[in-house]
Amino acid sequence: MSVNLSTDTRGHPTVKAGIRSKFLAKLWGQRYLQVMALLGVAWMILFNYIPMYGILYAFKDYIGIGKMGDAPWAGWTHFQEIFEDDQMIQVIKNTLGISLLKLVIGFPLPIIFALFLNELRSLKFNRIVQTISYLPHFLSWVILGGILTAWLADVGIVNDILMGLHLIKEPISYLAEPKYFWTIVVASDVWKEFGWGAIIYIAAIASISPELYEAATIDGAGRFQKMRYVTLPSIRGTISILFILAVSALLNSNFDQILVLKNQVNESASNVIDTYVFETGISQGRFSYSAAVGLVKAVIALFLLLFANSVTKRMNQSSLF
Amino acid sequence: MKRDRRTLGDIVFDNINVIGMLLLCFITLYPIWYVLVNSLNDGKDAMTGGNIYWVPRMFSFENYSTVFKNAGIMTAMGITIAKTVVGTVIHVFFTAMVAYAYSRKELIGRNVYMVIGTITMFFGGGLIPTYLWYRDLGLLDHFGVYIYPAMFSFFDLVIFLAFFREIPDGLEEAAKIDGANDFSIFVRVVLPVSLPVVATIALFHGVWQWNDYFTGLLYTNKEVLQPIQTFLYRVIAQSSSNQMAQAVGGSITRRVTGQSLKMATMVITTFPIVLAYPFLQRYFVKGLMIGSLKG
Repeated sequence: MSVNLSTDTRGHPTVKAGIRSKFLAKLWGQRYLQVMALLGVAWMILFNYIPMYGILYAFKDYIGIGKMGDAPWAGWTHFQEIFEDDQMIQVIKNTLGISLLKLVIGFPLPIIFALFLNELRSLKFNRIVQTISYLPHFLSWVILGGILTAWLADVGIVNDILMGLHLIKEPISYLAEPKYFWTIVVASDVWKEFGWGAIIYIAAIASISPELYEAATIDGAGRFQKMRYVTLPSIRGTISILFILAVSALLNSNFDQILVLKNQVNESASNVIDTYVFETGISQGRFSYSAAVGLVKAVIALFLLLFANSVTKRMNQSSLF
Repeated sequence: MKRDRRTLGDIVFDNINVIGMLLLCFITLYPIWYVLVNSLNDGKDAMTGGNIYWVPRMFSFENYSTVFKNAGIMTAMGITIAKTVVGTVIHVFFTAMVAYAYSRKELIGRNVYMVIGTITMFFGGGLIPTYLWYRDLGLLDHFGVYIYPAMFSFFDLVIFLAFFREIPDGLEEAAKIDGANDFSIFVRVVLPVSLPVVATIALFHGVWQWNDYFTGLLYTNKEVLQPIQTFLYRVIAQSSSNQMAQAVGGSITRRVTGQSLKMATMVITTFPIVLAYPFLQRYFVKGLMIGSLKG
C-alpha cells in the first residue's frame, strides 16, 4: 500500500506485475501438482461433462447416424410424446412401486439388524455374523439371477418345498407371473444388501459412549428401553443422512438386478424407467425419445434429493448441504 | 452388561437373539452352498432325480472339466481377469494421484476443482448421451471401454482425500528437501503409507469390475470382448438352459446339462471374490467409515 501511495501511475503496474510474477512463480512451483489435478479435470470433462452436454439429444431428432449437431431441432416434441405414451404410466408405476417397497422394507432392516447385533454378548460371534452378513453384497446380480431362476422354476426348490408342505397343488412359474415380481425383487435385494447396509450403523453404535448405557442401567432401563432411548437417538444423524441418499436414489430401482430378472412374460410388472430407456434407446434406436425420458427422470431425482434434504433438515438439523 | 446382572428376561432375550442370528447366517449362506453342491453333482441326475439340497447325490467333476475345456468361457474369463486387473490398477493409481493434488492446501484453484468434481456426483448425462459419446470416441467393441470410463471416480477421490489429510506434513517436507518433485513424493512417499485406503478402493473397484456385466452388454457385440458376467447374463436372463449347453459347444452327449454347467460356471466366477474376501475385509470396513461418514 505504501508503495502505491508514494509512486506515480507508472509505479502502479510495477506492483501489479510483482504480484503477478509472484503468482506465476507459485504456479510454476506447483506445476506437477497442477498437471496431476488437471488430468482429473480433463477426465471429468471427457466422461462426465460432455455426456451432460449430450442431454441436447433429447431436444433433437437424432436417428443414430452422423453428429448430433447435424440433426434438426425437435423442441419439446419428445417430452410431449412421453405424456402420450401408454407404457409410461406402467413404467413409472413400476419404478416408484419397487423403489418405495425397497425403501420401506430395505431401509429399516439394516438398522434393526445392527441394533440386535449390538446386543450379542459374544464379540467373536458378533464378528462371525457380521462377516457372513455382508458376503452376499460381493456376489453379482448375474449370479443371484442364476440362483433365483433355478429356485423359482417349475421344478425348483421353492415349488418343491411348498408342494411338500401341501401349501400349493400345482407348481408355479414365479418369474413368469407379474404379480410375484415385486416381491422377488425386494426380497432378493434385502437378502443381498442388509448386512452391508448395517456396517455404517454398527460403526455409529460402536462410537456411543458406554457411560450412557451405564446411566440407563442405573435408571433401571431394560434391553429394549436402552435400544430406544440410548442407541437409536445416538445414531439419528447417520440415519437421516443415509435416508436422504436413499430417497434421492428412489428412481434408481437397481437397473442391474431388474435387467437380470426381467423377461417378456413379467414385463407388465418389471419394466422400469432405466430398462425402458435401455430398450427404447439402444434396442429400438429411438435415441432422442429415450434421452428425453432419461432427462425427465434426472430432473425428478433432483427434486427428490432436495425434498428429502429439506425434510430431514427440518426434523433434526442434519442434512447433506 | 455384566454376567451376574442377567435377569430371566435377559436370558430369554439373549437366546432368542442368538437363534435369530444363526438363522440369518443360514439364510445367507445356504444359496451359496446350494450352487456349490449342484455344481458338483452329475447334471442328468440333478435334472431327473429331483432337487439336491445338502450334498451331491452323484458326485462328479464333469461339469467343471466341460467348462474348463470350453474356449468361449475361458476367453470370457480371460477378459474378466484382464479388465479387473488392469482396470483396478489404473483406477486406484489415477484416482489417488488426482486426490493427492486436490488434498494439498497450496494448490491454486483448489475450490474450483472441488466444485467441478462435486457436480459430477449428482449430475450425469444419462444412458443415451453417454452411449452415443462413447460410440463417437470409438470405444464400442474396444477393450478400452472397460478401462477409460472407469479409471476415475470423484466419490473414491473423496475417500482418498479424507485419508491423505491425516498424513503428517513433515513426511512430504522431508522428501521435498531431498529434491523430490510432487509426483515422485506421491509415488514414493504417499502411496506406500496409504495401504489401507488403497486396499479398500482396490477391493471396491475390483469387485465392481469383476461383477459388471452391463458394460459388456451395452458396448460390445464381439464375443471375444465379452466378460464372463455378460456371458452368464446372456444364458441366464435371455435364454433357456439348452442354449447354455449349445454355447458350450454342442458336444453335450454325456452327463452334463445346461443347468449343471451354469452352476459350475457360477462357482468359478464367484470363487476369486470369496477367496479374496477374508484378506481384504479388515481394510474395507475401515475404509468405508472414512468415506461414508465424511463424504
